[in-house]
Amino acid sequence: MTTRTGPHPTRRLILQGAASVALLGLGNLPFGAAPARAAANDKYPEEAFKQKREADAIKSLYGRTAEPSDKVKLDAPEIAENGGVVPISVTTTLDKVTSISFFVAENPNALAASYRIPDGTIPSVANRLKMAKTTNVTAIVEADGKLYRATKEVKVTVGGCGG
Amino acid sequence: MASSIRVRATANGDITEVQTLIQHPMDTGFVKDAKGELIPAHFIQELKFEYNGKDVFVADWGTAVSKDPYVKFSFKGAKKGDDLKVSWTDNKGKSDTTTAKIS
Repeated sequence: MTTRTGPHPTRRLILQGAASVALLGLGNLPFGAAPARAAANDKYPEEAFKQKREADAIKSLYGRTAEPSDKVKLDAPEIAENGGVVPISVTTTLDKVTSISFFVAENPNALAASYRIPDGTIPSVANRLKMAKTTNVTAIVEADGKLYRATKEVKVTVGGCGG
Repeated sequence: MASSIRVRATANGDITEVQTLIQHPMDTGFVKDAKGELIPAHFIQELKFEYNGKDVFVADWGTAVSKDPYVKFSFKGAKKGDDLKVSWTDNKGKSDTTTAKIS
């Protein structure tokens, strides 16, 4: 493993990377390297990504709960043969969307990805996520200060979190 | 080193569709290697798209995003020939940046 494959790493980044590797080598938790980045990356929702349960992750990220809405269209396969790569997308007809987030209920950490949607960007995102086992995938759309959700169960044949 | 970022940005009228593929292991920290030792978590935390000096899309990612991540979104207001800047930073402080021409 190398810590300097970036094209123009600054000295600070190299040192930081090296320190992270050293920490992890001592058997720290998987997220042991994360706090070092938090200060430099002020908007990254560190805490929300550490939450295990979906409800806790939503609370940490948004501070409130979401209501189901048929205006949030979540597209995910019925059955995913490979839990390592599950194509999931969401679109919405809601106005004033500011963010879209994806949660996988029974992954080790429920929050998978969160996207900030500035003015002028279409509220539609497609990505590929890992799923540990058959469980619910939830998309949350933040629009005009309110939260809306859509949930769908995806059956996973082979889990994507290794072990 | 070749860029880890591959971007295709296509303008169709006022809307530009952006598809991105990044080479990155996205290690979760839960997987063991052949010797039975845990592979430390190594994943992209933030992926940013800038057009005209302004963020048009920002992704915050955890370890549940698949290896070699793919993401697609669209935004308004860009023209063919304009530049779109893409950059990512991972949890080890590595980063990469590229600029794509909108076609």
